[in-house]
Amino acid sequence: MDHALPADTASAAWKDEVFAALEAAGVTQVHYVPDAGHATLITRAHAHPKMRAVPLTTEEEGVAGCVGAWLGGARAVLLMQSSGVGNCINMLSLIRNCGAPFLTLVTMRGEWAEFNPWQVPMSRATETVLEVMGVAVQRVDRAEDAAETVEAAAALAYGASQAVAVLLSQRLIGRKVWK
Amino acid sequence: MLERREAVRALLAGRPAGLLAVAGLGTPAYDLYAAGDDDANFYLWGAMGGAAMIGLGLALAQPDRTVLVLTGDGEALMGLGALATIGAQKPANLLIVVLDNGHFGETGMQQSHTSLGTDLPRVAGACGFAWSQTVRDMAGIEALRGRLAQPAGPALVRAIIGAEPTPKALPARDGAYLATRFRAQLGLAPG
Repeated sequence: MDHALPADTASAAWKDEVFAALEAAGVTQVHYVPDAGHATLITRAHAHPKMRAVPLTTEEEGVAGCVGAWLGGARAVLLMQSSGVGNCINMLSLIRNCGAPFLTLVTMRGEWAEFNPWQVPMSRATETVLEVMGVAVQRVDRAEDAAETVEAAAALAYGASQAVAVLLSQRLIGRKVWK
Repeated sequence: MLERREAVRALLAGRPAGLLAVAGLGTPAYDLYAAGDDDANFYLWGAMGGAAMIGLGLALAQPDRTVLVLTGDGEALMGLGALATIGAQKPANLLIVVLDNGHFGETGMQQSHTSLGTDLPRVAGACGFAWSQTVRDMAGIEALRGRLAQPAGPALVRAIIGAEPTPKALPARDGAYLATRFRAQLGLAPG
């Protein structure tokens, strides 16, 4: 693909390291609702010969898709932004009832130099919503922690059949440029 | 118009070896169970709108097996966007059969959108499914049965069924048990 990336999706080494962590964990299905902060992962997943990138129309599709992958013996990840977490609430009951592993990487909006107030309510609720639905939350604020956190979260999810969300902070992702 | 239990029994008579089945919540799950419990059946009791996407994740993980998603019109409507997602992925081994009585059967038989204008096979076709059709009689079910082994999908079939009450036939409700036995028949370890 040859799409020019938006200004706030500048390549960064940590994004490639996070992708490498997913690859090393054996992830073969990457379900996503696009976010600028996930653009590198999405582009690389589409280009990877052993990965299937699955664009979704809404985030809860990805929760169900990840469970289907697990039922079939594959490892999947869901990429979304914080606003999408709210769309997943009831579908997360599937993870909890089945004891399925679940790994999601959530790019945060609405918390750091946010320009758009409509991003704020779900941003503030993201961690609470995940936790009350049984998803452990691990937050990354510094680039040097990103890959290690994703690697550990993947080990917890696929190794111990836990539901884990890694929140990638808006400060880490970088503020969105409005021009 | 089809009698749902008879139709599902006939569809799965002589079930092809290796067929994987996911049933949406409510009566479609009871229909699948009544047609014969199987370790390769995964019954939903919730997660409404998720059956087709579970089918997609499964179909991508097991490309050499047919994945049958058996669900109702209400469940399919709640996950309508999944048809676009599936149309984009084009899994040849995925077949969705919607048992369409035009009503939300578990909640008091309110009319659903398929009674009010939505034509699910046309939606699937517009989303890029390989084929889609409406089945109204047992001859249609017999023809569909012949396509289970090699569905050449993604495909969506709307089976028009009656809205008369059907006896409950309740499969296990424990999701962890259902998932573990489903994975075990694929040779996958628990956990």
